[in-house]
Amino acid sequence: MKSFVALVAREVRLAWTGGGLWLPVVFYLAVATLFPFVTGPDKALLARTGGGILWIAALLATLLPIERLILPDRQSGVLDQLAVRGWSDELVATAKIAGQIVAFALPLLLATVVGAALIGLPEAQLGTLLIGLAMALPALSGLSVMIAALTAGLNGASALGGLLLVPITIPLLIFGAGTLAEDPGNAMQLLAATSLAITALSPFAAGAALRAGRI
Amino acid sequence: MSPRQASLPSLNLDNVAVMRGNRMVLRDLSVAARSGDIIWIRGANGCGKSTFLRLVAGLLAVTSGAIHAEGRIALADENLALDANVTLEAALRFWADMDGASADARDAALTDMDLQDLAHIPVRFLSTGQRKRASIARVLTSQADIWLMDEPYNGLDSASCARLDQAMLAHTASGGIVLVAAHQPPSINVAHSLLLDKQGAAT
Repeated sequence: MKSFVALVAREVRLAWTGGGLWLPVVFYLAVATLFPFVTGPDKALLARTGGGILWIAALLATLLPIERLILPDRQSGVLDQLAVRGWSDELVATAKIAGQIVAFALPLLLATVVGAALIGLPEAQLGTLLIGLAMALPALSGLSVMIAALTAGLNGASALGGLLLVPITIPLLIFGAGTLAEDPGNAMQLLAATSLAITALSPFAAGAALRAGRI
Repeated sequence: MSPRQASLPSLNLDNVAVMRGNRMVLRDLSVAARSGDIIWIRGANGCGKSTFLRLVAGLLAVTSGAIHAEGRIALADENLALDANVTLEAALRFWADMDGASADARDAALTDMDLQDLAHIPVRFLSTGQRKRASIARVLTSQADIWLMDEPYNGLDSASCARLDQAMLAHTASGGIVLVAAHQPPSINVAHSLLLDKQGAAT
């Protein structure tokens, strides 16, 4: 357990010292800022669509750290050293996902408060948006680690990562946007179920990809 | 030097073969290493020395045959596996925590490899030889029973080579096992050597 915590802490440290703290946050807020330039400063329209835009921005921000999640550790031999010490690839993936939740998901949730203010989202919707994102961000963290493991070392890994991520996140996006409607109850339950399934499965998919990538 | 488990470390490979792609890279390998052995693995470039060590480390699966290792394993290969942006001491501390090794063990490893003056320098500033010494220090810190050293002499000056020999001797004297893949014969007594031919078979 102590070594698991040490690995998670290392993930967080590497993320925050490598630009992983502010880069996704700034990107996320930049998308939120750009949006009113396209739609015009119509307050009613922004209030109606702003939540959905923040969902898309969060999804795109997920792509940013993909290149540094797995590849550097494979190249430097860290993954090999963990395997020699008897770590299963699934456990390594779980630690990396946990690290992503702390290093990426939490700052993004905090930034959502700022983003919602920039767009002028009604306060009543902010709570729903935060709950929805809080449920989906672990799944997005899991997906980013899984896709990083799948594409590590391939040519054009980041473009390929985008192609892989978009279709898998469609259910999250549909239910996530659904929670912003008048009655969020059903959509919220479906979002929770989808997010839980993706979060729970991603360590196994990422672990299998790590194993397959070992030469 | 290091706390031993109740049973002595041992390593047995029984008629092991490894296929990678469609090619047989190692075959007909049988090795028996007992506590206190230093085994020199030699052979031409590309004959499978590194593959052999990765196999023993558990990073590759055998195609046929069986491997049985008793004791913890540490591997020093061409990859440093130390975080480039932190100090050498902090990078070693990460693996020491993983192995449950004490701060004393880490300091002793740094001293053994003459790295104590470099402890507060970020890993990315280390030279080739210093990086090699750092990876050996990582193995020393781990206090593992079986050391797998892939070309450990590469890039080391003669004083560092002597320090490495000293560390390997001390390790085997306290009951450990060392497998060292190298082109030059180690200057210390080896229990036996394993020569791999071009087809990856032991001769």
